Amino acid sequence: MERSGKIMVLAETAKGDRPASISLELMGLGRELADGLGTSLSVVILGSGVGDAARELARYGPDEVLSLDHPSLGAYNPDLYKEAILGLLKSSPPRALLAGHTSLGQDLLPRLAFSLDCGLVTDCVGVKVEGGEILFIRPVFGGNALAVQKATTDTAMATVRARVGEVPAPSATPCEVRPVEVETPAPRLEIKGREIIEDRECPLEEAPVVVSGGRGMGGEEGFSQLRELASLLGGAVGASRPPVDSGWAPTTCQVGITGKVVAPDLYIAVAISGSTQHLSGMSEAGKIVAINKDPDAYIFKVSDYGVVGDWKQVLPSFTAALRETARD
Amino acid sequence: MSVNIIVCAKQVPDPEGPPSSFEVNEAERRVIPRGIPPVINPFDENALEAAIRIKESSGAFITLLSLGRSLSRAVILKAVASGADASMLVEGDAFDPSGLDASATASLLAAAIEKIGPCDLILCGRQAADTNAGLVGLGLAAILGLPAVTLAQKVEVVDGRVRVERVLPDGLEVVEAPLPALVTVSGEVGDLRYPSLQAIKAAKALPQTVLGPEDLGVDPSGLRRVETVALKAPSRERNCKLVEADTPEEAGRKLALTLRQDKVI
Ligand SMILES: Cc1cc2nc3c(=O)[nH]c(=O)nc-3n(C[C@H](O)[C@H](O)[C@H](O)COP(=O)(O)OP(=O)(O)OC[C@H]3O[C@@H](n4cnc5c(N)ncnc54)[C@H](O)[C@@H]3O)c2cc1C
Repeated sequence: MERSGKIMVLAETAKGDRPASISLELMGLGRELADGLGTSLSVVILGSGVGDAARELARYGPDEVLSLDHPSLGAYNPDLYKEAILGLLKSSPPRALLAGHTSLGQDLLPRLAFSLDCGLVTDCVGVKVEGGEILFIRPVFGGNALAVQKATTDTAMATVRARVGEVPAPSATPCEVRPVEVETPAPRLEIKGREIIEDRECPLEEAPVVVSGGRGMGGEEGFSQLRELASLLGGAVGASRPPVDSGWAPTTCQVGITGKVVAPDLYIAVAISGSTQHLSGMSEAGKIVAINKDPDAYIFKVSDYGVVGDWKQVLPSFTAALRETARD
Repeated sequence: MSVNIIVCAKQVPDPEGPPSSFEVNEAERRVIPRGIPPVINPFDENALEAAIRIKESSGAFITLLSLGRSLSRAVILKAVASGADASMLVEGDAFDPSGLDASATASLLAAAIEKIGPCDLILCGRQAADTNAGLVGLGLAAILGLPAVTLAQKVEVVDGRVRVERVLPDGLEVVEAPLPALVTVSGEVGDLRYPSLQAIKAAKALPQTVLGPEDLGVDPSGLRRVETVALKAPSRERNCKLVEADTPEEAGRKLALTLRQDKVI
């Protein structure tokens, strides 16, 4: 079937006025798709006071930046965000709309897709053009299988994980930033307040090293040892789900299919068995190190380095040896 | 104020099963569970727990709604016994999850919900453990024209409104919506309570409606918006260099030195 329309990327901002790294990655991916289909690439940014982010995005290779800048879009309210962008999608339906598989992407794209009756593929770990079609690759059954899917509708939508696309080299000649009129209906949802609990000094998703603990840590004390190791390595602490459920680690630490997806240079898994749900969140790490007392734990099969042993004995000497060698 | 709550619950092969229990049949583009029982999708259990807590604090009539090809009655009974008041099962070959996508499923559930009658609050799990897509809840809300809040870690009904503590990547936010509304529930709500044997017995007498494809009057075949063109087994395995020593302490030291040597750290 012949389908028309451009590739559109929905960008987000990080820390106020910079484009989020996922959005820059999607500029690379979007460009690949646009070139593969012989069409153009637009990027849409929503928010309040996003002028700097819009100008920054314009340097990463899109053909146009559409800026929906309005005070009502300061904080994410799905009703307002949805209405703001729907008009744009209706007046020129894109061939594909890509967003990050982020908190915002996971909440907003389904709303857009069902409003417009479009096929949406979430949590993509790969997107490619083949035979004039856009194919989306995503884990199913908790990562026990990979599905290749496509939308049957003229517009396809997708949420894409971090580190799937590559950030293009910024250009000295940015494209045009076009402001778009924003509709502001009365929202049905009312945001009453926000509470930030994670230390955003070193967000898990961006840490070069992640030191994670599992059920075998046995309690909060174990996690203070992991924090010590993480800070020595300039990294962040993660966890599998049981420690989060037990309250040994904050919910913001959870790595896995229902937690965060991380791809650090180094991932250290301590007392984690390697369930598929956990692996879905970290199997793309550069190097994986496992410490586990069970020689048959599956985590060793997916690791580059391993020590079979009780972490209570292995970890202190490991951390101490790293500290000593760091001084040299 | 007592409210009518519908909890949507899908049966899935036990997601905690080992990787070997999920056979990837590439030819049929299907995952075939081997030797693992069906369970209620864990996030749907969380949704049911959230509903039971509302029932305890302000009163509610809870209907458990499940759609599938052939639903395990034992699994449904145990869930209902945890604190629901009625159940509706929508069953038939046409409802095999491998043949439905989120759009088709949401349309079918919407039709079933209309049969149940007026309801104030629909609770769904944030995503199913088999498809992992996280779409049906918002699809259902769109079809029924309801306000929707995702990723709840706490759900309360106050003065005709639903008040939700919503999980954010770095914290939480409090969101309110007028009823009727739909909320998708995250694991942070907590595990579904375990029913007593007595409750399981008593649950057998609770009203249960079973509908087939003909009762629903919705043909799912034309409703798909996403197609699976191929299914593959993932390859994640690496070559693990096991660091060995006489004592675990020594092994820890040696691991540190090996990582330094190999310039990993
Ligand atoms: C729908 C769904 C979503 C899920 N999402 C996630 C998710 O996002 N992230 C996630 O992590 N999980 C998730 N889970 C849970 C997942 O299935 C596993 O239950 C979980 O990952 C197991 O965590 P674990 O490896 O820490 O615990 P276990 O599997 O219990 O493993 C503990 C390990 O610790 C080792 N150990 C114990 N004591 C010691 C010691 N003293 N020294 C060394 N090793 C020791 C043991 O040998 C064992 O290998 C999800 C489950 C479901 C059903």
